[in-house]
Amino acid sequence: MIADIQIPDALLVQDYVAGNEEALATLIKRHESKIYGFIYSKVSDRDVANDIFQDTFIKVIKTLKSNSYNEEGKFLPWVMRIAHNLIIDYFRKNKKMPLHRETEEFSIFSIMTDDTLTIENQLIANQVELDIRKLIEELPDDQKEVLIMRMYKDMSFKEISEITGVSINTSLGRMRYALMNLRKVIDKHQIILTN
Amino acid sequence: MAKIYSKKNLVTTKMKPKKEVISFLLNYSKALHLIKVDGKKIEFIAN
Repeated sequence: MIADIQIPDALLVQDYVAGNEEALATLIKRHESKIYGFIYSKVSDRDVANDIFQDTFIKVIKTLKSNSYNEEGKFLPWVMRIAHNLIIDYFRKNKKMPLHRETEEFSIFSIMTDDTLTIENQLIANQVELDIRKLIEELPDDQKEVLIMRMYKDMSFKEISEITGVSINTSLGRMRYALMNLRKVIDKHQIILTN
Repeated sequence: MAKIYSKKNLVTTKMKPKKEVISFLLNYSKALHLIKVDGKKIEFIAN
C-alpha cells in the first residue's frame, strides 16, 4: 500500500493510541519481516520465533494502550529491544546462554546484526584496504604520518602532536588536509570504494 | 578505468511470522482494554 509508506511510524503509533486499530496492522506489516527475521536469526526455530514475536507485540500493545510509550521517533528500535530481551529470557529459561541484560557497557546493537563477512565480502574488503593504503602513499609526508598514526595506530591527537613535535591544532589540520587530499586522489583515479 | 567493487544482490525470501500470529495480535488488540484505577492498571479482554 502506498499510503502506509508515507505515514511515519510515529504518526501510526499516535493513531493507534487514539484508537485506530488499522494503524497497528500497518505497523506490524511494515516491520514484521525485520523483527521476525531478527528473532529467528537468534533462536533458529520457527515456532519459538513465532512465540517470541507474539509476546513482543503483546508487550507493545499493552504499553501503547496504557499510554506508557514515550514517542521519540524510535518505534522499531524499541520493539527490537523488547524482542531482544525476550530472546535473552528464552535462553535463560533454557539455560543455553548466560544472561546479558542491556547495561551501559552492553548494547543491543552489539548483537542485533550479524556482520560476519562472506568470503566474497572479505575479498572485497581486503582489496579496498589495499587500495586505500596505496592512496595514502600519495599524500604529503606530514599528512600521511598523521593519518597513519590516527587511523592505523589509534593514537590520540595529543600523542601524535607529542611524537611529531607540533601542536595539537597542527596535527588536527594535517589530518583534515589528509582526508581532503585523499578524496581528491580518489576522484583523480576515479575509484569507487564500496563494499 | 573506474574500479567498482560491489557484491551481487542475491534474491532472498523475507521471513515472516505465521498469519495466525498476526491475526491473534490484531484481535487481541481490539479486545484489550486498559483502565487505571487508584493508580493501578487493570486490563480486561472484552469478547
